[in-house]
Amino acid sequence: MLKNNKTFAGIWLATVLAFLYLPIIVLAFYSFTSSPIIGSVRGFSLKNYVTLFTTPDIRNMIIGTLVLALIVSLISTVLGTLGAIGTFYGSKKLRTGVELANQIPIVNADVVTGFSICILLIVLLGSTKDTFLPLVIGLVSLCTPFVYLSVMPRLVQLDPHLYEAALDLGCTPNMALRKVVLVELVPGILSGFMTSVTLTLDDYFITTYTKPAAFDTISTYVVNATKGAQTQVKTALWALSTVFFIVVLISIIAMNLNARRAAKIREEELR
Amino acid sequence: MKKSAWKFSAPYVLFLVLFVVLPLLVLCYYAFTNSSGQPTLSNFIGFFTNTRALSTLLYSIWIALVTTLVSLILAYPTAYVLARGHLRNGDVWLVVLVMPMWINFTLRVTALKEILSLIEGNLAFHPFLNSIIAMTYDFLPFMIMPIYTALTKLDPQLFEAASDLGATKLRTLLKIAIPLSIPGIVSGIMMVFLPAMTNYVVLDMVYNSTYIMGSLIGSYFNSYDWNNGAMISVVLLLLIFSVYSLSSKLVSDRTQKGGGR
Repeated sequence: MLKNNKTFAGIWLATVLAFLYLPIIVLAFYSFTSSPIIGSVRGFSLKNYVTLFTTPDIRNMIIGTLVLALIVSLISTVLGTLGAIGTFYGSKKLRTGVELANQIPIVNADVVTGFSICILLIVLLGSTKDTFLPLVIGLVSLCTPFVYLSVMPRLVQLDPHLYEAALDLGCTPNMALRKVVLVELVPGILSGFMTSVTLTLDDYFITTYTKPAAFDTISTYVVNATKGAQTQVKTALWALSTVFFIVVLISIIAMNLNARRAAKIREEELR
Repeated sequence: MKKSAWKFSAPYVLFLVLFVVLPLLVLCYYAFTNSSGQPTLSNFIGFFTNTRALSTLLYSIWIALVTTLVSLILAYPTAYVLARGHLRNGDVWLVVLVMPMWINFTLRVTALKEILSLIEGNLAFHPFLNSIIAMTYDFLPFMIMPIYTALTKLDPQLFEAASDLGATKLRTLLKIAIPLSIPGIVSGIMMVFLPAMTNYVVLDMVYNSTYIMGSLIGSYFNSYDWNNGAMISVVLLLLIFSVYSLSSKLVSDRTQKGGGR
């Protein structure tokens, strides 16, 4: 009976994994061939990767997306971290208000968030999309709440005596904040930053409603390409999908190893 | 410093007011005015008397319901096996299952689309089925994660007690695991149901040309009809935040009744 259960569990898990990964893996396989469609067998080829990295259009789109993700994440991280520190030490009223507003972009549909930023900045205030300002503001409004939520728990766990000890030892308040409090928050800040990067890389809706007409991120580019692009672009995107998969895989393995090491250290400290 | 430290939050407070709260107010303003700025209820009445808009709303809810149900059926046993299946490295398997969340969704749906085209020949024959498969494919990790978290928080002694008292595995699942993991189920449902109502790009990518609520906003955006677009957004806002407050109330009631620890 127990053995049966285990077998069933294994089969179930394998099925779900296959559902989630088979498309990505099959695509990855075909990205290394010269076949224009999935299912027909052709020889090994790196031409998709050559196209991906040498076509100026695609290369600029990828670099643009990465730069955008970096800028948005930096702004969100600073804003969210300062916001969390301020509200944590601020009045209860302030904290309730901020946490209520903070929840809005998280719960709201991205379509609505993007459309509302577009209405405010572009339709009402007439700011031009070409400045990238609406796009950056829209994405920052999506990402910052997640930074806030990953920094806040670290603040709550923080030993309040640490800060006072720093003052007693001769730190100025600002110094104590930078050298003691901020250092303790680093894991939360980092995970907030990483969340911002993935949110920005994944976003389609806010980007569509606020981006300059000539600028494309990976998401908007891929969606346009599915509406009838040349085969060459289509298969180059298979290569992009594979690169994305490998990068995510490597960073997750790295983070996991890191987290395990950190967990072990903490366990030993608590003992 | 503790008295002055609130100042650090000033930039974020300002940002929240200007770019989170204000846009919603402006959205409401546009929803209840016409293109020349005159206050009007015609967008509002228009939505509720327009059969196309109403059928879109119903279709969105239908798509979202089916997607949520399919995801739940797939996710619950998966999370259960991970949390309670005594696997070696259950947490590693969890990471493997939720990893697709970090890959750009348009690229993942492209991959799925290629596979579906290979199997079905022409995607246009099964637009509804393909939409459900694609949405489930996109959102499944978001259902697995909260359920897994809820299940791992349960006291293992509960399960030992159940088996000591002679409960079968099925009975333990139905009477202990499922009722006590309801907060996780509810947040999983929230993470799937709401996006499934609005993420029209997934439908577009598998060539389902039927509109859902998000597509309406997209089409009004493309025709520069800000007022009607704003109206749809307000309807969605109301819907989303009522579902959200309902679910958070459900979760907090559960926890107060002693569901969690």
